[in-house]
Amino acid sequence: MAKLETSPNIPAADEFFAALLAAHEGLSKEESDALNARLILILANHLGDMEVLEEALKIARNPGAASG
Amino acid sequence: MAERIFEIPLYPYRRSRDQDASAPVRHPVVVVGAGPVGLAAAIDLALQDVPVVVLDDNEKVSFGSRAICFAKRPLEILDRLGCGEEMAAKGVQWDTGKVFCRDHEIYAFRLLEEEGHKFPAFINLQQYHLERYLVERLRALQAEGKPVDLRGKNKVDAIGRHEDHVTLEITTPEGPYNLEAEWLIACDGANSSMRRMLGIDFVGQVFEDNFLIADVVMEADFPSERWFWFDPPFNPEQSALLHKQPDNLWRIDFQLGWDIDREKELRPENIDRRLRAMLGDDIEYELEWSSIYTFQCRRMEKFRHGRVLFAGDAAHQVSPFGARGANSGFQDTDNLVWKLKLVLEGHAPEALLESYNEERVMAADENILNSTRSTDFITPKSETSRIFRDAVLDLAAHHDFARPLINTGRLSVPATYDGSALNGPDADGLPRALRPGAPAVDAPLKEGWLLERLGNRFQLLAIGTAAEKGLELGGVEIETIHLSPDESPELAARYLGDAQSAVYLLRPDQHVAARWRAFDRRAVLEALARATAQGEA
Ligand SMILES: Cc1cc2nc3c(=O)[nH]c(=O)nc-3n(C[C@H](O)[C@H](O)[C@H](O)COP(=O)(O)OP(=O)(O)OC[C@H]3O[C@@H](n4cnc5c(N)ncnc54)[C@H](O)[C@@H]3O)c2cc1C
Repeated sequence: MAKLETSPNIPAADEFFAALLAAHEGLSKEESDALNARLILILANHLGDMEVLEEALKIARNPGAASG
Repeated sequence: MAERIFEIPLYPYRRSRDQDASAPVRHPVVVVGAGPVGLAAAIDLALQDVPVVVLDDNEKVSFGSRAICFAKRPLEILDRLGCGEEMAAKGVQWDTGKVFCRDHEIYAFRLLEEEGHKFPAFINLQQYHLERYLVERLRALQAEGKPVDLRGKNKVDAIGRHEDHVTLEITTPEGPYNLEAEWLIACDGANSSMRRMLGIDFVGQVFEDNFLIADVVMEADFPSERWFWFDPPFNPEQSALLHKQPDNLWRIDFQLGWDIDREKELRPENIDRRLRAMLGDDIEYELEWSSIYTFQCRRMEKFRHGRVLFAGDAAHQVSPFGARGANSGFQDTDNLVWKLKLVLEGHAPEALLESYNEERVMAADENILNSTRSTDFITPKSETSRIFRDAVLDLAAHHDFARPLINTGRLSVPATYDGSALNGPDADGLPRALRPGAPAVDAPLKEGWLLERLGNRFQLLAIGTAAEKGLELGGVEIETIHLSPDESPELAARYLGDAQSAVYLLRPDQHVAARWRAFDRRAVLEALARATAQGEA
């Protein structure tokens, strides 16, 4: 059974996306890469569940693959 | 400078009677290599009254500075061999570690020791001291009349494998002679010539990196802490490590990268420049030793080749991060010696030795995995891995959660032989840490320590219940030990958990073979048969 939430779960989708882009504004490619890496680590720690993380990694690596 | 211990012949060449024999003398066991692993094998065999000859082409302890960190489990094994206490007393411990990135400290941590163990999680001790204690222990056993012979300047030049023995061609300062061995244990190190002589491949990963190690004597009262630097100003883009050893000796490791001029890096003035950049211009020190090393992570496909058994660096190598080299080598011979003894006595079939291969290959893979991960963190292999590594370091300075992700070497812990063919049944409701395949965990008793009572024979440990005494199967005897859960809270917590009673069958290497909630004669004998491979061809 899939544990990763793959149906829409962010009520304010546009706000989130804008905030994500805003966080990167004015950064060089290198700084942006570093921010993304930090963000992934922060979110991964928040999730904590290895099964969920593995599922997320799988989908991120291959978006077309069936989830679960 | 005074003569250093690794320059003094400890076991100088002496002529052996075997060199004057008209035909090659056959010994039950010959160990090739008197490094830490070969010496431990020989002491273990001698303690068990199995005659053993150790050959080494050298006559001194390991030259220069190598291993410094020895973990709890190897210390427990060395204690079973009769020399753990001296080593622990001589060794130093650190309880504070600091991690630096660039020019600032990211965080400091204190190591919290779990209470109720005879030995600490690890000690720092120079490998040459450790080897000296081993040689002294071997000499003491010899003096007691134990059948062990250590032959310096005996270089093995060729070996021949036969159905029921191995032949050895040996060179000494007084010329060559031959020996035969029923079993040969090859502990001849990373460049094992035994491995080469048998034409066996040794594949794996060579890490493209060089490390400069410098051992310096400093009288200054520098704190007894472990300091690890990522990308420090005095070694940009690389890492560095500072560690304390006994005798006011400090180990400093500088990562150098791949493309270096070795000869130039080793010049004293260049080492001095690095040390002053790191420790300050006004330090006073004496350089005891320096060298450059690269390392590899690899293992042999099989550790047993007929009557030749490989152990230690000869069988597997890891990167030094996590200190798993010598530490795992001691666990190899710990696993091997009791099996070899039973086979030599005819109490177990040769098949038992296959479990040495199975169990220690499993352990080697675990060690290689762990030390490879540390290496990948310290030396990122790609741009992306460097980005993530740096992200971890940046976050760790401000947020606890990122600290466990920092990997400067994971302390060597013993392997649990999950799924080993020797494992018998497990019982529900007992602590998972002591499942079949796991090494026994120490606990205080009213007098002394649990592990002081365990090892060297099969034992039935009955806690809070009764078990029969004097069990035996095919010549293998079981000693029964009864303990009350009141011996110590640690004993009860570690061995019983929430249960009222438990019966553990323990192997001579202190690993759990099987366990139950109550004694069952038939089940115990079945588990003993399984743990000794009796009934197998
Ligand atoms: C810089 C550095 C730091 C390290 N730090 C640690 C650490 O902190 N903790 C840890 O556990 N490990 C550490 N290690 C690894 C550790 O040093 C080795 O794992 C350990 O020495 C292996 O022991 P061994 O007995 O298998 O082999 P060795 O110590 O290499 O001994 C092999 C012996 O075989 C002999 N020999 C070889 N060929 C022949 C022959 N043909 N005939 C007769 N004799 C022969 C040699 O003379 C030698 O005495 C470190 C290594 C290095 C280089």
